[in-house]
Amino acid sequence: MTDPESLPERPRPLMAGFSHGIRLGLPVTPGVIVFGLVVGAASARHGLSFIQNLAMNIFVFSGIAQLVALEAWPQVITWGAVATLGVLAAVIGARLFLMSVSMRPWFGTLPAWQSYLGLTLLTDASWLIAMRYYGEGGRDVAVYFGAALMMMAGWVAGACAGYLLGGLVVEPARYGLDLVLPVFFAAMLVPLWAGRRRAYGWIVAGIVAVVVERLVPGWWFIVAGSVAGALAGGYLDEAQPEAEE
Amino acid sequence: MTADLGTAGIWFAIAAMALVTYAIRAGGFLLMGYVPLTRRVRSILNALPGAVVMAIIVPLAVRGGVAAIVAIVVSLVAMTLGRNDLLAVVCGVGAAAAVRALAF
Repeated sequence: MTDPESLPERPRPLMAGFSHGIRLGLPVTPGVIVFGLVVGAASARHGLSFIQNLAMNIFVFSGIAQLVALEAWPQVITWGAVATLGVLAAVIGARLFLMSVSMRPWFGTLPAWQSYLGLTLLTDASWLIAMRYYGEGGRDVAVYFGAALMMMAGWVAGACAGYLLGGLVVEPARYGLDLVLPVFFAAMLVPLWAGRRRAYGWIVAGIVAVVVERLVPGWWFIVAGSVAGALAGGYLDEAQPEAEE
Repeated sequence: MTADLGTAGIWFAIAAMALVTYAIRAGGFLLMGYVPLTRRVRSILNALPGAVVMAIIVPLAVRGGVAAIVAIVVSLVAMTLGRNDLLAVVCGVGAAAAVRALAF
């Protein structure tokens, strides 16, 4: 939104970067809040206490995984159930692993405490904001923290409100609010656009994801499409020497 | 494995999910510390964000029907013309609400 062209390497005040990050997170925040509302309401339905709901949303902070886990939430929790919920979180969160991989070029240059603290806040939206910012030459980690903490704030606020309001939540689909996240993602394709050669990878990603979604149950289509698209895009990119930015 | 953990069980479940999720969040980054960032690896990593976005939104558009497709297309057009994230989201979401209100 603002000054993507500004000199990236010049140090600037911490708060300037932080508030820039908050601004970058703003468009997607309504979607994060609404998603949080749904998850908070599900927590209440399945007998979590307010504090447990809060803890889950802060420390797990993985929307789809939480929603699916809560759908499968057992009446009586045994060690077997704990293990099952852990596996569920791993399978559904698998795409976060890919996102984590792609944070290496940027976060690898930071002190370990900053990168590993930053990674606790890694979500689809904060990652995408980070990738765009980095792609445009940005290197100020305060921007990442601003955007990521904005996501966390919206998420926790939504989840607490959803817990307290429960079934009173109006259906988000009516106002299109269930589509805020995908719509934001789609919009991010525009700044991510890096020429037609890169687009072959995108096409591969889309096709593989649709096919895998039809054939394999669960969320593997995201991982499969992403890996296929990144490999295709990466190898085609390599074939073109001046494509490196 | 079958003993009832009582109310503490919920805490164990939350802790398990939190630990596993953090291991995933940090794991990719940690792993890549041992992989040299050659040009090819960088190219693949550069291609990853677009691929992830496509892998998420294309199946959603295929499954989500007219409202989802309209929302995504409107948002893409608005972003291309306006170069403003917030504007693009408002336009896309508004378009989806309009489509749903009209018929679907």
